[in-house]
Amino acid sequence: MTHVTQISGVAATLRPSGALWIEDVRTLVVADLHFEKGSAFAARGQMLPPYDTAETLRRLSIEVEATDPGALVFLGDTLHDGRAETRISQRDADAIAALAKGRDLIWITGNHDADGPSRLAGDTAQEIRIGALTLRHEPRRGADHGWAAGHLHPCAKVVGKGGAVRRRCFVTDGERIVLPAFGAFTGSLNVKDEAFEGLFAGAPTAVVLGAGRSLPVAWKRLRGD
Amino acid sequence: MDLALPDQFARWFERRGWAPRAHQLAMIEQGKLGRDTLLIAPTGGGKTLAGFLPSLIEIVERPPRNTPPGLHTLYISPLKALAVDVQRNLLTPVSEMGLSIRIESRTGDTNEAKKARQRKDPPDILLTTPEQLALFCAWDGARLYFEDLRCVVIDEIHALHSSKRGDLLSLGIARLRMLAPNVRVVGLSATVDEPEKLAAWLGGYSPGGVNPPPAPPLGRGEEGADPFNPPPPPGRKNGPAPPSLREPPPEGVDWEGDHAQHGGGGSPRLRRLEEELEQPLAGEPRRTTPSTAARSPSPYGGGFAAPGLRQVDIVRGAAGAEPLVEVLLSNNRVPWAGHTAQHAMDEVYEVIAKARMALVFVNTRWQAEFAFQELWRLNDANLPIGLHHGSLAAEQRRKVEAAMARGELRAVVCTSTLDLGIDWGEVDLVIQLAAPKGSSRLVQRIGRANHRLDEPSRALLVPASRFEMLECRAAADAVRENALDGEPFRTGALDVLAQHIMGCACSEPFNLVALYDEVTTAAPYSDLSWDDYERVVDFVSTGGYALRTYDRFKRIVKGRDGLWRVRTPGIAQRHRMNVGAIVSAANLTIRMAGRHGSGRKIGEAEEWYFEQLEEGDTFLFAGEVWRFHHVEGVNAIVSRSAEKDPKVLSWGGSKFPLSTYLAKRVRRLMNDESAWESLPADVAEWLTIQKEKSSLPGDEDLLIETFSRGNRHFMICYAFEGRLAHTTLAMLLTKRLDRLGVGPVGYLANDYALAIWALRPLEGLDFDQLFEEDMLGDDLEAWLEESFLMKRSFKSAALISGLIERRFPGEEKSGRQVTFSADLIYDTLRRHQPDHLLLQCARADASTSLLDTARLSEFLRRIKDRIKVNRLDHVSPFAVPILMEIGKERAPGSSAAEMILEEASAADLIEEAMA
Repeated sequence: MTHVTQISGVAATLRPSGALWIEDVRTLVVADLHFEKGSAFAARGQMLPPYDTAETLRRLSIEVEATDPGALVFLGDTLHDGRAETRISQRDADAIAALAKGRDLIWITGNHDADGPSRLAGDTAQEIRIGALTLRHEPRRGADHGWAAGHLHPCAKVVGKGGAVRRRCFVTDGERIVLPAFGAFTGSLNVKDEAFEGLFAGAPTAVVLGAGRSLPVAWKRLRGD
Repeated sequence: MDLALPDQFARWFERRGWAPRAHQLAMIEQGKLGRDTLLIAPTGGGKTLAGFLPSLIEIVERPPRNTPPGLHTLYISPLKALAVDVQRNLLTPVSEMGLSIRIESRTGDTNEAKKARQRKDPPDILLTTPEQLALFCAWDGARLYFEDLRCVVIDEIHALHSSKRGDLLSLGIARLRMLAPNVRVVGLSATVDEPEKLAAWLGGYSPGGVNPPPAPPLGRGEEGADPFNPPPPPGRKNGPAPPSLREPPPEGVDWEGDHAQHGGGGSPRLRRLEEELEQPLAGEPRRTTPSTAARSPSPYGGGFAAPGLRQVDIVRGAAGAEPLVEVLLSNNRVPWAGHTAQHAMDEVYEVIAKARMALVFVNTRWQAEFAFQELWRLNDANLPIGLHHGSLAAEQRRKVEAAMARGELRAVVCTSTLDLGIDWGEVDLVIQLAAPKGSSRLVQRIGRANHRLDEPSRALLVPASRFEMLECRAAADAVRENALDGEPFRTGALDVLAQHIMGCACSEPFNLVALYDEVTTAAPYSDLSWDDYERVVDFVSTGGYALRTYDRFKRIVKGRDGLWRVRTPGIAQRHRMNVGAIVSAANLTIRMAGRHGSGRKIGEAEEWYFEQLEEGDTFLFAGEVWRFHHVEGVNAIVSRSAEKDPKVLSWGGSKFPLSTYLAKRVRRLMNDESAWESLPADVAEWLTIQKEKSSLPGDEDLLIETFSRGNRHFMICYAFEGRLAHTTLAMLLTKRLDRLGVGPVGYLANDYALAIWALRPLEGLDFDQLFEEDMLGDDLEAWLEESFLMKRSFKSAALISGLIERRFPGEEKSGRQVTFSADLIYDTLRRHQPDHLLLQCARADASTSLLDTARLSEFLRRIKDRIKVNRLDHVSPFAVPILMEIGKERAPGSSAAEMILEEASAADLIEEAMA
């Protein structure tokens, strides 16, 4: 069960993987992949596993296989840092090239990767438009039309009988949407954090990533950390 | 023997009107002979003084020298508070004797200026904790600092050895023995089941024989025959450790290593090692010690006199008077289930009112809060009753301790925080509220009462339920017979080893082989294979990943001199901030709401506790009722509440599982009808009716009952193997029942039994087949990989091994962030390198400490062909307690998480539809 909704008049599927699928234009959008986050820590002496890029790409290729998009959009912070491309393995670089084959691969730039890729496959853009929807990395307060953004790594905390669950989620008010981080090593920020204040008109809905389905949960049922 | 005491000391004993005890004199003798010694003595026997007397005498009689003397004696205790307490107790005799000896303590609470001074100008005696020793081992000046060290005293060793802290401590001791070869190691312990095993733990292995043979000159010889051209290390796991790879086998030791068998080939890693070893390391001191070849495989298996074991003498103090242990027979009915003992609280209060000072032990901090509250509710006489548990702020605990020391309190409700040997003098009664779970722990706690050997300790056990009544009775009998639980001994954990190796590199460059020889002198690591050792070193250096992309980021590197060292000083500094083997659950600090944000700290509690609270809920903490506001970062913000009854109660059961030994005694008691007379009438009646309506579990049998209730079909197994083993068993049985198509929908386990309920009848099952031993195979593994227990173990291994850092310079990670990233790393690593070292560590930990699989496997063997199934029409008396618990427990696991999400989402839909 995936959640289909309208964002600023554009029909979008909020997939349980955290990817956004816009079927009308056959576009798959993923945010905050943070490739090579593991090796960025290793370079500073903390030996996190070097498998995060491979793992992120594995999950991404499942999504690509399932939807076969004409365009694949990385919504910024795709590379964890400016030197990520010097650390990425050839295998992972090849996997990215394979994803770009036969479709447009668009890297929207973010604060971690302001210059976009220099040698990996794909084109770089600041933002793109799909109908009335602008796709860019950072959410913008008071924008005059709809947007889809990443950057904030939203997650929701739900309390029920027997305990609390904290999961990545989409946050949307029907005009705007923040995507969850897709990267294997990306942490997340509770949607009740002040960073989300004032982004939405009224109380948004969190669409929480569950096992095999995405579940909408009302704002008033969510908890802060 | 009196001659052993120098004048000042003999006069001091005289003035106090004391005679030195035999074991104190024996310890002085041992000191003079320079023997490693384990002192076993009951509390109150002058154990601590016995441990220190040899050092005090040695320091006083030390000839004057030109250079200031370094540290003479290092004392290590498992508790910070104990180190401080011993300092106080030691300073008294030292000042009364007029000795000029400097004694200082050093714990995590010691301020930085004092620590720095202690480093530059060491005292004669330093009192500290295992964590501080690990930190010493990671200093760059460790070798110089411990140059003059003569003695190490390890207190309450029985409480330390069987844990990861014990592993870390054993490695620290091995380090000290290397840095100061003449150091004498002394262990102090309460009475234990098998002191020889403890002595073997303390001693570990000698790195060398008495007179090591002179080594032949280094040279290259023929392949396979020359011991200097070492074979690749054998790859087996459990055989004797390989001989030191750069050393000849010692004379007189018949090392049967078959070189040809191991020669050539091997993995790339082995070849790397060979290359490394083939280049003689210039300037490296030649060691002439024989190595591990002379050892027996295990110090614990073959008895403590196995060759190669370092001999530790055992000195025993006189046994004290037999303790007087009673079980409270309440005038009220004994409850069917529960852990609070509320029914007997007024009787407990009466007993406290008659005692001089009572320690009231409970098993969890929530029980402590509850009992404290209840006692004050009854406290018309306004008796000063205090509260002490691990969640309270340190200063608050110290206040209580100080008031106890001054004799101002009449009772203290406490958890295991007061288990260990701080001398409170005035305590004349120990009350154990709810069942003790093990006889050794009970003996330890009873020893808190009356620190005088000639008077018996008095203890009262207060069972909280009917099964606990049986358990308390069995425990009281066990104490009377001085029958203790056997403690399991452990194999050293590799995450702890990783931390230690990194620490050694931070201290000074190390030689790969020399360090292997050093760590394998520590008993828990004596079986460490070269292979595993090398994997750990590789993990420390590069993270140990099959994908070798981190070789350029190595944390420790091998220099041209062949020695391994830390790559940058910054890496060493970060390591030192993360030393230790205690990983606490993610805790939140409880703070009062202040006018500007958060105010005074009240204590700490586990994060999960606050997850169940809504804003405005009231709960009990530190003996007061609080109103919960919200969580802010790592703080839970609260304010005082005027309410008397808190809304939220959460009384988890015991965190210690029922010991195997005590469980056996409980089964025996049930089958001995003549012993039922000592039980309250309602409990005896309960047993009688159980016997009539169903039956009692036999000494060695497993009793199973099946019955239906409502539209559910129940199966209750009275296994008496403790909650951990029961939970694992219930989970495995549920999987099987699922495959058999009976539709199991839930399970619950407590210390005595486990219940499983299903949609379809269970009485027709083949129970012998259901309980086949092979259930510990694939099902267990498959389940474990997904379980939250595994994630918890992984997180702890990741923290201890340094994969995840607890603290960065200038910043502390909150528990929450750590939890989160550890899970992400676990998921990724499991998919991409399932045989990674840390996953192996986590699996080993989970199966021993969290699942109790060893105990479960023994149980399955025992009950084979001994299963008795009673197919009942009604609920039996024994089934009532566990049925009452159903519905009160919180269900962990991933499917539960999905249900919570689903409910939240569905509730919205309903509201939307009805609006």
